[in-house]
Amino acid sequence: MQVPLSWLKKYVPITLPPRELAHRLTMAGVEVTAVHEQGTQWERDKVLVGHVLKVEPHPNADRLRLPTVDLGKGEQVTVVCGAPNVAAGQKIIFAKEGARLFNTHSSRVEPLRPANIRGVRSVGMVCSALELDLGQDQEGIVVLPDDAPIGAPAADYLGDIIFEIETTPNRPDCLCVLGIAHEVAALTGQKVTEPDLSYPEDGDPIVKHVAIEIADPDLCHRYTASLITGVKVGPSPKWLQDALAKSGQRPINNVVDVTNYVMLEYNQPLHAFDFDKVKERHIIVRQARPGEELVTLDGATRKLSPPMLVIADAHDAVGLAGVMGGANTEVSGYTTAILLESANFEPINTRRTSAALKLSTGAAYRFERAIRAELAPLALRRATQLILQVAGGKAAKGIVDLQPRRNPPPVVRLTRCRVKQVLGADLSMSKVQSVLVSLGFTPTKAEGHGDDLVLEAPFWRSDIAIEDDLVEEIARIIGYDEMPTTSLSGHIPHHVPQPMWDLKQKARDLLAAAGMHEAISYSLTSHETLERAEVFGNDIQPLAIANPMSAQFQYLRPNLRGSMFETLAANWRTSPRDGLRLFEIGRAYLPRQAGHKATLPDERETLIAAFAGRRFPLSWLAKEQAGQDMSFFDAKGVLESLLSGLGVETRYEPAEDSALLTGRAARILCGDQAVGAVGEVHPRILERFDLTGAPVAIFEIDLAKLLEAAARTEKRYSTAGRFPESARDIALVVSADVSSESIEAVIKRHKMVRRITPFDVFVGSSVAAGKRSIAYQIVFQSPKDTLTAEQVSRALEDILRQLQRELGAEMRV
Amino acid sequence: MTTKDATSNLRELQAQAMSELGALRDLSHLEEWRVSYLGRKGKLTQTLRSLGEIPPEQRREAGMAGNEAKQALEIAYGLRLKELEEAALAAKLQQERLDITLPGWPVLSGSLHPTTSIVREVCAAFATMGFQVVEGPEVELDGYNFEKLNIPKDHPARDMWNTLWVDHTDANGGRPMLLRTHTSPMQARIMEKTKPPVRVVVPGKCYRYEATDATHEWHFTQVEGLAVDKGITLADLKGTLYEFARILFGQDRKVRFRCDYFPFVEPGAEMSMDCFLCEGKGCRVCKHTGWIEILGAGMVHPKVLEGVGYDSNTYTGFAFGMGMERMAMLKHGIEDIRLFYANDLRFLKQF
Ligand SMILES: [Zn+2]
Repeated sequence: MQVPLSWLKKYVPITLPPRELAHRLTMAGVEVTAVHEQGTQWERDKVLVGHVLKVEPHPNADRLRLPTVDLGKGEQVTVVCGAPNVAAGQKIIFAKEGARLFNTHSSRVEPLRPANIRGVRSVGMVCSALELDLGQDQEGIVVLPDDAPIGAPAADYLGDIIFEIETTPNRPDCLCVLGIAHEVAALTGQKVTEPDLSYPEDGDPIVKHVAIEIADPDLCHRYTASLITGVKVGPSPKWLQDALAKSGQRPINNVVDVTNYVMLEYNQPLHAFDFDKVKERHIIVRQARPGEELVTLDGATRKLSPPMLVIADAHDAVGLAGVMGGANTEVSGYTTAILLESANFEPINTRRTSAALKLSTGAAYRFERAIRAELAPLALRRATQLILQVAGGKAAKGIVDLQPRRNPPPVVRLTRCRVKQVLGADLSMSKVQSVLVSLGFTPTKAEGHGDDLVLEAPFWRSDIAIEDDLVEEIARIIGYDEMPTTSLSGHIPHHVPQPMWDLKQKARDLLAAAGMHEAISYSLTSHETLERAEVFGNDIQPLAIANPMSAQFQYLRPNLRGSMFETLAANWRTSPRDGLRLFEIGRAYLPRQAGHKATLPDERETLIAAFAGRRFPLSWLAKEQAGQDMSFFDAKGVLESLLSGLGVETRYEPAEDSALLTGRAARILCGDQAVGAVGEVHPRILERFDLTGAPVAIFEIDLAKLLEAAARTEKRYSTAGRFPESARDIALVVSADVSSESIEAVIKRHKMVRRITPFDVFVGSSVAAGKRSIAYQIVFQSPKDTLTAEQVSRALEDILRQLQRELGAEMRV
Repeated sequence: MTTKDATSNLRELQAQAMSELGALRDLSHLEEWRVSYLGRKGKLTQTLRSLGEIPPEQRREAGMAGNEAKQALEIAYGLRLKELEEAALAAKLQQERLDITLPGWPVLSGSLHPTTSIVREVCAAFATMGFQVVEGPEVELDGYNFEKLNIPKDHPARDMWNTLWVDHTDANGGRPMLLRTHTSPMQARIMEKTKPPVRVVVPGKCYRYEATDATHEWHFTQVEGLAVDKGITLADLKGTLYEFARILFGQDRKVRFRCDYFPFVEPGAEMSMDCFLCEGKGCRVCKHTGWIEILGAGMVHPKVLEGVGYDSNTYTGFAFGMGMERMAMLKHGIEDIRLFYANDLRFLKQF
């Protein structure tokens, strides 16, 4: 909302510089986001109101013209002007040489210099809004009302300070100038002067002319109306136009302008009907009939349905209650009788109606914030008075005031003890009372104990319901920074273990230490990405968003593959030769089947890691490895280091996964539980993500399953052994389908074996077809004594015999 | 030959050998020298052997001289050998010296996402004040995201959180599920499960239906804080958050609190911190105000406490919530929030 200081001054003395005042308001919860100084920068002797006497063509340029401007006291100047709208008879703003204005060519504020424009010397200029910093319009000049005084400093005539205010939803009272005035008064120790509401009531009693009825008292809490006959609709006087323009509203005509002005003054929306168009002089506030139509003031035909509330005459709807008036009763130049409405409508229904019709208006915005019904008659009288003042006519005697149900004003008890309990400050109740009274609260006769206060909220406040609301009022007016500051005392709650959080943090550290970079990607993804990653294929119906921002973010991802492929692809594009090592720990969202019941999805903590491209960074030391790309065993190496860091023992078995290459995919097993997969991604999928030219290996872990497994395997220390180890190498030839795991299992069974490491795997001409050779280093150690060479040789022979018997393994010669 | 003659011969031979040794410049000549004097057929060996021709009773003096000469030459040889070997190594190293400006063997080092790092820092700061980490669901029920937080259906305050709704309709035709718009739903979830005292921080992803630009992202990370007990006041809220700002942004930080509105707190507050970049003088980051808005906070609304079964006359508490990306942007001078989830390695590798 925009509040001009000149308007604010009408109700409350301003005792602080504008920026200081803005700061005080902001700290008190009424945020002033900007202070616009309109015209305060214009030199009073150089920027003046001028009168265009005549406009002549430029001798050398069709698009330029030569207006002659009267600046008063006999001073006349002819300048060059490029604006298409300059015309004789206009009142304009004229800047003399030296005036500091925004120069549209240099985009800087500079003193105005004389110029020679296409052969005509020009000293001074007729100003546009842009040059005056009044707006963005630079095409046309600013045209003032006809009664602008020639020669007056523009700063006096147009200058003002405008506060840009952002209100929070709880404070509709701050949507109006009087509301801000009350805040200013409380913050600066001043008093608000409310407008005088009296006017001559010269006509017949209003009840003789109009019948009004509230058919739905649940949705219309109060309806007040006045009647003015003999008005003359036309443009508003300058003070009214200015006030609206500076508040960001477009002036329309004197009657409509008054209703807008009073809304901005009191926060009460008003509506003026052309009374002669109200059929049978009957107003009824009722719900719309199913299928009923209304053309609203914006020209749109609205299809209505109950429980939308309408204002109707004897036959048709003439307005959408609390939202917008109807075109059928619109005030026009021919209007002479005005029925003025000032009502109070139920917030939720107003909000739903406005939302359903996608019609947000200042009126609906205020009603949905639950403004007080007490405002209705006050604003009605104020607006009636102003219409009489600016449009003439005669007001009927009295007003209509229907209030089917009276809500008593909020009364709240406040104790010194609660103030202390919430703020931690022991304030005296006299201080508390003076703060609240300055805000318009009225102490009532307290039935009760000690120095408790019982206060009635002022009629403009609709946000006061409980004691703590008053506590906030006190704190914000005194200032939060004036409140004490202490450290938390009291017990620290018992520690509650968070194993998943700990696991995620540890996994991140281990992966980063293994050279992996952490990515975090969007939880929402597109249909296209899911399809490309073949996520839809596996009976997974991902959760969709009902109101997606775009097709790109339409589904909650059921796994992290699509995100990771996209991340790889994006980086592949920017740095195609780099090796990519990325991981993400995030949630996958899997719907739970529960029919209509709102069952939250399974948010599965998932780890994905991906490897693609060059294994070694380019280095003069690693010439031989320069061409190597990462593949399955790069992923498995990091996976093994991660799991061993987490203290989890795992096994691997070949797996079928349609997204992974057969023969290059494994299931990760913790005991019998599969916790994830590792493998190389099928090129069919990679191509769809533009990931061509190198293998992509990934591993994926379901962290919840891993956590279960990890909980069973606490790290145990085993003694290193006092006696020396001795190592022997053996090379075996086995059938190609014998896994290294099964060989190692046989070797490990020997009680003297400590470690086994495969160090060579060979298939080729020297090995028979269908066979392969694997070489192991076996480390022996005894807990009892130093092993002799003979003992080790005997152990090795035992192992070889066993391998031959169980796996058909032969020593390679 | 007399003993005298023999002794003087030996002395001469020793002197000659020593002088030749001093003139030697490399190891091969040294070896030649050794063979020519000390070798089996060397001059000294020959001379010593010739002492046998002297009658035994006269041999003693010459024998001693001979032994002295041999010992002296062997010691001198050993020293010279060492000298020449060192010289040879120095020469070799001089020839084969490394260009120590070349890079070493590359070691792979990974990185954590800046959001991860800032969340850890924030949680660690609150951990020093007894706050424990708890996590909650990102897909939430309307009840927890709004209603239990004193934001009823059709309340205008809902406009503060543009919501992404899950495409699921309940039996009444309502949409009960949404992507949480803040981490605050965990306030109710935690209190429903725990008796006071409560002291937790809740990190997590949040979502809003929002157009993105350099400072707005629809997908972001918050840390929520909640402390409820007997005797917790606004003064404690101020003290706790002040301490937090000092831990995270430096010991000299100043903070200030203004009134602000969130339906689930009363009184509500917003905290700003003096700009640590310009020390409060005013710069681009603080929009020339000298102050940077850091977080929203307030005293837990009695309706929220009552809603989870806490007696709001006995227990009071405070809550706060802050955006992690904004915090990281401030700390690292990141100018565009959209960089966080674009996952460009050139960005990620810097953290
Ligand atoms: Zn700054």
